[in-house]
Amino acid sequence: MSKVYLSHNNIVSSFGFDSISAIESIRNQVTGLSIYEDKKILDTPFCSSRVHQKELQEHYKALSPNEEHTRLEKMMLVSLSDSLKKAGIKLTKRTGLIISTTKGNIDVLENESPYPESRAYLPALGEKIQQFFGFENKPIIISNACVSGVLAIAAAKRFIKQGLYDDVFIVAGDLVTQFILSGFNAFQALSTDPCRPYCKTRTGINIGEVASSVLVTNNASKTTDESVIVLGEGSCNDANHISGPSRTGEGLLRSVEAAIQQSGLQATDIDYVSAHGTATMYNDEMESIAFGRANLSNTPLNSLKGYFGHTLGASGLLETIIGMHSLHQNTLFASLGFKELGVSQPLNIIKETTPKNINTFLKTASGFGGSNTAVIFQKA
Amino acid sequence: MKNNFYIQNYCHVKDGEVSVNGKTVFKTSETDFKLVMKAAYKKLIVDYPKFFKMDNLSKLGFLAAHVLLENEKEKNIALILSNKASSLDTDRTYQESIKNAEQYYPSPAVFVYTLPNICMGEISIKHKLYSENCFFVTDEFAPETLSTYANELLDSNKAEKALCGWVDVDNGKYNAFLYVVAKKGTFVHSEAEINRLY
Repeated sequence: MSKVYLSHNNIVSSFGFDSISAIESIRNQVTGLSIYEDKKILDTPFCSSRVHQKELQEHYKALSPNEEHTRLEKMMLVSLSDSLKKAGIKLTKRTGLIISTTKGNIDVLENESPYPESRAYLPALGEKIQQFFGFENKPIIISNACVSGVLAIAAAKRFIKQGLYDDVFIVAGDLVTQFILSGFNAFQALSTDPCRPYCKTRTGINIGEVASSVLVTNNASKTTDESVIVLGEGSCNDANHISGPSRTGEGLLRSVEAAIQQSGLQATDIDYVSAHGTATMYNDEMESIAFGRANLSNTPLNSLKGYFGHTLGASGLLETIIGMHSLHQNTLFASLGFKELGVSQPLNIIKETTPKNINTFLKTASGFGGSNTAVIFQKA
Repeated sequence: MKNNFYIQNYCHVKDGEVSVNGKTVFKTSETDFKLVMKAAYKKLIVDYPKFFKMDNLSKLGFLAAHVLLENEKEKNIALILSNKASSLDTDRTYQESIKNAEQYYPSPAVFVYTLPNICMGEISIKHKLYSENCFFVTDEFAPETLSTYANELLDSNKAEKALCGWVDVDNGKYNAFLYVVAKKGTFVHSEAEINRLY
């Protein structure tokens, strides 16, 4: 069986409009989170990281669009155009497009939206992205709560392995909207300070926004310096509760075990874990239990939520791309905001950005609906 | 494309009717979605009161999965569901609750259902399925996507069986078609056959 690689990639975030701008800030332990006062979104100030509107518009206009796109579509178009340009691949029947999003253009449901309600259908968003670049295949849209972004990578690999495609472009994105902020606020889960995953002093989650994109390919000649091989994956349900994570970490454990088994590695071969770490009490605690059960308590681990907040359906892809660069730079990035362990099981949280030879990493995510996904990557 | 798998059984829920393998197991002249679900629950599910806390999409998926899985022994069954409207039916309800400052009542119990995969969570909880999940959104029923994904999960031994299909609720309209893919069964697991049964 031929290998499946992650290759050309892009991150559109509060740090800038390419992956490197985000990686440099993370390397320097600089957060993209700040306090926003935007009463259209929430009547109290909130902590978030958002894509700069004016610069986004400039990058979008540079693509010479012949119609107006929604804000999320603009973010996705800008991100994907960069990955496509760098990849330089002719789009054929053998090229797939996967879109990962939890809420898509949900902001068009707001009263003031200039767009018709029909734009809230995810296939409408998918069609805009497909048509803009001229993909021959209809997009495959994955909307599976907060695991969508990393599940999209697993799915791309699965479609390639079955021979449906040779190359798949994934683009992932979600917005900071009134819809999302009011919901997390109703759960009393929002922190007004930058979040502190796994820390004793954590006060909850921040919601952020990014778009990210990557080329997934079975062709080793299409890889880049930071490319990784997708070694194994799993995406298992907790079968426990629709909004609360499992107290035993069952679904996450099973996902990690499935990924490890397929990779042919042992848990101790994994050099680094890029975990979910939303900084809510229940999520972080569940992860500590699952990683303990998976024999990963000593493996260096971080959550990148302290840089971006939780970017929902984009987070799994965003954090995988950062993991690729982490491996390539042989650097463990600090789990920003962490001071003192605040979960019941031991975890080896990365406190400072540290040079280290690393070859293999595990990316995990967990979300509403009892969803969990784990994927293992190795330097190509 | 390999073709080693079969469709073990299938069901439809639409127009006030629930059928399994083409045979009607419930029928009502009711047209209102909630009343149809209530009547179908009394006949087919009976003892799962949590059903009434679910949103429309979860009710529909739960009911359709129930008639296929109630006598199923296998627990390693992947869930691969799809629709067009995602969770828009509940998204509209939620958006209504936050639309202006005077009527601002965001409810966590509604918000949690504003994700299409919650429906798979409800099915997993009831049937104790700690298995693979993926929710696809497509403008129309896409057997190629579902069958390719199911084949890979079965080929790689990540699942023994897969519950696949379409479950859509939108502006009062509803339609579910679910089928179980297995290593043995009645119908060949091919796109043509899935389309024929749909």
